[in-house]
Formats: sequence, structure tokens, C-alpha cells
Amino acid sequence: MKDISLSIASPSAGSPFQKAGAALTACAILCSIIAAFGVGKTNPLLFFFLIIGLFISGGLFYSIPYFKAQAGIKNDGIMQNPLSNRGAIAWGIAILMTGFYIILYWFPYYLEGLIRTMDPLSMMLRSKASDQWFLYGAFYTLAVLIMGMRFIAKYKFSRYHIIRTISVMFFQMGFAFLLPAFLLKLNQPEFYFSYFWPLKYSYLFPNDIDYLIQSGNLGVFMVFWGLVMTFIATPVLTYKYGKRWYCSWVCGCGALAETLGDPYRQNSDKSLKAWKIERWMVHSVLVFIVLTTALLWLNSWKSGTILGDASGLFSQWYGFLIGSVFSGVIGTGFYPIMGSRVWCRFGCPMAAILGLFQRFKSKFRITTNGGQCISCGNCSTYCEMGIDVRAYAQKGENIIRASCVGCGVCSSVCPRGVLKLENLEEEGRFIPYIRHEDRK
Amino acid sequence: MNIVIIGNGITGITCARNIRKLDSKASITLISGESDHFFSRTALMYIYMGHMKFEHTKPYEDWFWIKNRINLIRAYVKTLNAIDKILVLENGKPIAFDKLIIACGSKPNKFGWPGENLHGVQGLYSIQDLEQMERNTQNISSAVIVGGGLIGIEMAEMLHSRKIPVTILVREKFYWNNILPKEEAELIGKHMAGHGIVLRLNTELEEIISDNQDRVAGVLTSTGEKFECQFVGLTAGVKPNIGFLMENELETDRGILINEYLETSVPDVYAAGDCAQFRNPKQGEPAIEQLWYTGKMQGETLAKTICGDKSVYNRGIWFNSAKFFDIEYQTYGQVLPEINDQQKSFYWEHPNGKHAFRANYSNTDESILGFNFIGIRFRQVIAEEWIRERKTIAFVIQNLEKGWFDPEFSKTFYKDISLSYFQGIKDGNNE
Repeated sequence: MKDISLSIASPSAGSPFQKAGAALTACAILCSIIAAFGVGKTNPLLFFFLIIGLFISGGLFYSIPYFKAQAGIKNDGIMQNPLSNRGAIAWGIAILMTGFYIILYWFPYYLEGLIRTMDPLSMMLRSKASDQWFLYGAFYTLAVLIMGMRFIAKYKFSRYHIIRTISVMFFQMGFAFLLPAFLLKLNQPEFYFSYFWPLKYSYLFPNDIDYLIQSGNLGVFMVFWGLVMTFIATPVLTYKYGKRWYCSWVCGCGALAETLGDPYRQNSDKSLKAWKIERWMVHSVLVFIVLTTALLWLNSWKSGTILGDASGLFSQWYGFLIGSVFSGVIGTGFYPIMGSRVWCRFGCPMAAILGLFQRFKSKFRITTNGGQCISCGNCSTYCEMGIDVRAYAQKGENIIRASCVGCGVCSSVCPRGVLKLENLEEEGRFIPYIRHEDRK
Repeated sequence: MNIVIIGNGITGITCARNIRKLDSKASITLISGESDHFFSRTALMYIYMGHMKFEHTKPYEDWFWIKNRINLIRAYVKTLNAIDKILVLENGKPIAFDKLIIACGSKPNKFGWPGENLHGVQGLYSIQDLEQMERNTQNISSAVIVGGGLIGIEMAEMLHSRKIPVTILVREKFYWNNILPKEEAELIGKHMAGHGIVLRLNTELEEIISDNQDRVAGVLTSTGEKFECQFVGLTAGVKPNIGFLMENELETDRGILINEYLETSVPDVYAAGDCAQFRNPKQGEPAIEQLWYTGKMQGETLAKTICGDKSVYNRGIWFNSAKFFDIEYQTYGQVLPEINDQQKSFYWEHPNGKHAFRANYSNTDESILGFNFIGIRFRQVIAEEWIRERKTIAFVIQNLEKGWFDPEFSKTFYKDISLSYFQGIKDGNNE
């Protein structure tokens, strides 16, 4: 017989475990700040274990109530909690994360002490000292792993979520952290096999390709891999499974959004206006990067006679505006305020391409189950991409939207079992449900 | 054409939207005393539980009504003169109409229990009820719910989300036993108990006891038990909200009487949704339908009639769905709490008590009559097609996979169900 008092203690920000988790995480952040002020340099190993240990135990404690509770939707109190409802805590976290990104990109010397705490790990993995990007990669991966564990606990009733989350944790740790470090150790190019053009835009720039090809056989394979993934795997996999194969199963940006960003998914803007802005922005970024890439190749082909250094300037500006400001500072720093997928929705050119395939040439759809929708709004509220899922479901239409990353949370939170993500025949996916009595 | 609709719930809204689709010129006015804009009543519980805010429960953005030229008036209707085609709002403002649709919904049942009007005693139907519940449940230590239906369990879940211990008094032998067969009802009862909800079966409310300040202090039950509580939820069903239509030309009984075209006794006046009552309901169908789905279908049908394509309301093959804490329920076709002598029933339940399947079929030609799915999602089109085409139970059992709607990678049960069915045939156990 289950102890009833345990199941009554359903997760909410008020539970003692979650308070302890929050306190431990705050200690981890405090230790990071202390380390950054210089102590990290003198005691790197101590602070390394302190920071990592505190972050992990904080996350564990925070997740305990989810592991203990009965399996089911755990959204109680989200709209009252200042952490998830754009309250003071949310703003505090947003300022902290935005500040971290600004310092990381433009004033890394302020992080010197913290960077040094990563030296032992960096030496072990890469045989070279840590730098700001290694620190960032370590923190990023840690966040995906810890919050991924929390996500699995929260959605433990769904094998789709469990498998998908293990997948993003695996790709982040293996392909985006360990493997590039290992390549460096072997004196090979630091290559990320899970990122492709146009998200990792420089992988199809002439300079990168020249450098890779000159670095040896493995470099040639990397160029080949990049081309295959961009031009063959992307359309084929998106046709078969929708853009989710990448956005919520492989991509590192998606990994962070699905794990660290999950507590904020309800803050994405669902208005028609936001959708209009989204379509203009994300496709403009796509045009920008395609033009930039084309210009670089044209210039390289004409040995710099057309544009001189101008095309380099173009790519520098893309890197600054899109690569740093948009995907980092705004995309992640604003999680608590604008939801977890700001970058993916408004800025990612890879998402734009995948979305075009998904909308016009794919077997993927979210099927609406007949006339069962009660218009409650849970699906739309918890869509991190800001899709008004309900607008389709209540009309008996399948949801086929360029932006849908296939996270599957709409289907989970639906209290009437109306939504199902699936890959069926392409034909007929736009045909809405019509009652038998109303068919002519 | 000047069309006025009383009530901005799912029925009135669906009707208004469909009229606009069929007729771009008609003047459409929606009157509601409850809210400025349409919201999903079914989602009220999620506001209390903090899953959503009120704004999330609005299925259309506010500009939608302006764009579609649907005039919204926030007021209660005081009197209606159906013959002269004019109604008067509570603020005294008269509104004339060519055609009137009354879709004013329900209100919670009260059965004259002693103490039913004390502070802290309430039903749950409207947004105002929800606001009252928010006030009534501040800093309380226990609650009692009267009535074992859908709103009762929703209220229990709401209170549970605030860690308020709940006791539910259920008149029947099992939870929701006037709808659910015994096995399903017991399964849901156990699931509720697992969440710490106390169910008192075969128990009716005798009296609500007050403290010395006109607030509820506890309840007395028909079995002589006494429960202390600071909140009592009355969820023993709802009834048509037609108090404002008394002394009127419209014929009413429990609800506004209508025919199969949803026409009332007065020309150009129609009624639909919770507040309407069919004069001659079809065999096996209730006279008053108080469901989201039926309200929506009635609104669609009525819009056609109003726009000149006179249509009979036909609710088609029955379906409904609900969620009991973590367990979803879908039903298609006819599944009565107890089968009659022309029916057989096959029931399967997972050992973990979280998933179940029932198929009722004819004992003459073995054709399928209806399904209950508990903790299983199933495709409506498939279930309906099988019922309409009178597929045999054996065919259905062998083809369950086709309608399976659970998320990808979920454990499936159709093989277990099929195994259990054919084993039962071999052993001669199936009813």
C-alpha cells in the first residue's frame, strides 16, 4: 500500500526538497562568482568539485518530488510561481544569464578565475588549458544533463519524452562536448558532428573548408559529413520524421531549451502578431546567411577581386548579430521572460530550412483526434514555439506548422487525448475531420 | 437579419461563428453576463490549479470578434418578450431582434439541503463560481464534495493541488456509477484513493452544519457520519439556467422545450445547449444534453437553420471523454453501466489498474455497440466507423492496433487485450 501522505505532497516550488535544491543551486552560483574573482586560480580543483557538486546535488534535490510523485502532469502552481511566471526570481535569473553571456562573449577576462577551475578537466580531455569556450561548454553540458534528469522525472509517464531527452543529453555530452575535446587531444580539428550549416554557418564557408581539407583525411571526412548532413540527411530525415529529428532530438540549442528551458515553455507568445514577426525574422536570417555564404564563395572564387574584405565583414557581422547576440544573449538569457525557444523560433536559419520542408514536404503531423477537443488551451499554453495548437485542434485540423519542433508536450498535457505526433502518409494530412453526419 | 444570442458559451459562440461563415451580412450580437469574451468552461479547473491563467482559456484573441463583426455585450438579460421580439437588459436597455438564440447554459443543482446557502458552500460552473471558490478555500484545512460526477472529481483534483484534504460523498455504489460500469468505476475510485481522496460510497448528504458565523463547519451524512470541513462543493449535477424566462410565452419544463430543429414554441426563437430540453428525445438519448461536444454540434446545426438551410440536429454516434486525475477516459457508442439482455460485454484491465478496455456488443450478431477506453487513447473515426458498420467483436479485437492513439513509444496493450479475449472464448468466460 502506497503511503498517501507522500502522494499528497505533489511537486510545487514550496516543497522542502525543492527549496533545498534551489538553495544548493544558489550556492553553486555563489561559488562560481567567488571563483571568478580569483580564488579559482589558486584552488582550481577544490572549486571545480564544489561548483559541479553543488549544481548536481541542487538539481537532484529539485527533482526528487517528481521522482516520488505519481506519474502524471505536474503543472500545479506554475502560473503562481514567481520562478515560472515572470516574477522577481525569473527576472533575477534572466539578468544573471544575460550578464553571463555578455561577460563570456565580450569581457571574458572577468571570468579568468572561473575558467581556471576547469583546467584539470580540460587538461584531461583536451591536453590543453581551459578557455572561456571550454568553460561555457562544460556549464552548458552540465545544465542539459541536470535539467534533463529533471525533465525525465517530470515526464516519467511518457516514454517519448524519456527517450527523446536521453537523446539530447547524449548528443550534447558526446557530440558537442567530449568528441570535439577528444579531437583536439589528437591534434585534429575541433569539429562538432551534431551541428551543420546553416546553424553552424562557418562549416560551409570557404575558409573553414580549406582549413579542414588541408588538415588531413579526417578533415576531408568532416567536410563530406557537413555536406551530406546539410544537403541529403536534412531533407530526407525531415521528410520522414519532421524537423523534430533534429530540433528536439539532436541539436544542442534544442537540448538546452528542452531541459534548462522547460520551466519557462509557457512564456512563449501565442499571438498572431508574434507569428507574423516570427515568419519575417526567421526567414530573413536564412536569407542573410545564404547570401553571406554565397558572397564568400563568389569572393573566394574570384580570389577576393569582387569584394575584397567586404564579404569578410559581412560574415563578421552575421557572427556578432546572429551568432552571439541573438542565439546567446537573447536566445538563452531571456528564457525566463520570453520562453525557451526564442532563438529557435525567431532566429535559427537551420530551423527555418527544416520548417520549410516540414510544412511543404513531410509525413509528420500532429493528428487531431476527431471532434474531441474541448478548447481548454493547455496545448497552446505549453507550446514552447508559441503555436496556437488549440486553434487547429478545435477545428478538427491536424497541426502542420513550420515551427513545430515535435517536443510532444502538447500531446502530453491534453486532458482528452486529442493530439498525437506521428509520421503517416503525406497525402491527406491537411484534410480536417468532418463528422460523418455532415459529409456530403 | 438581426440575430441576437444570449450566452457566450461554446453553444452560442459556435452558432455565432458559423452564422458569420454562412452569412457575411447578418448582424450578430452576443450577450453574456458572465464574461467579456468566450472562454473554455472546461478549463476553469486549470486556472485554479495554476496550469493556466484566464487569458489562456480564451480560444480566440480579442480582435477576432471585431474582425468577424460579432458584437459583444456584457450584461445579464432581465426580461424577454418573445412575441414582440424584444429583450431588456438588467441596466434597462432594450434590444430588438429578428431571430433569437437562447444558449444561456446551466447552474449547479441544489436540492434543498439544510445549510446549502451557508458561506463556504458552493457549486462550480461559472467564472464567478471559480472566483468564489478561490476566496472560499483560502487557509482551509479540509473540504467535502457532494456528488460523484465529473465536476466532483474535478473539484477534488483542484483542492488536492492546493493540498487540501478532500472527502467525496457519492450516492451510488461506486464513483460515477450512473454512467460507468462497476469495473471502470472501481478502477477510478482506487486511483482517487491513491491520491489521498476519501470516497464515501452509498452515502448522501443529510445536513450542512454551520459555525456561529454562518460559515460551514462540517457535514452530516445519511450514514450518520460527521465530517468537519470549511468548504462544501455541491456537484450533484447542473440544471438549465432559465430563471429569467419565468412568466414568459416560451414553453419550458426543466429546460426550454425544443423540437429536433432546436425551435422553441415561439417562431424565430431557438434554444440550444445546456438550457434546452428536447420534447421528444430519440430512443436512448437524454432530453437535456449538458456536454461541451453536444453544445458545439447543436450550435453548428442551428447556424445552418438560421441561415436558411433548415437542419435536424443529429448528434451522431455518441462519444465523450474525461480525465480523472492522471487517467484519461474515452467512450464511443453505447456503453451502459449495466448491459441489457441483448448485449454482451468484454472487459480487460491491466494488472497495474491504470488501463482498461471495454467493448459491448450484440448477443445476436456479435456487432460492436460501444467502447470504453481507460488510460488508452483511441481514434474516434475508427471507433465510429466500426460501430456504424456493425463490425463484429472478433474483428474489432483483432484490429485494435488500427485505432491506437497513444503517443509514440508507449507500451501498447492491444495484444494483451486480444489474448485475453480469445482466451476467454476458449474458456467460455466471456459474458
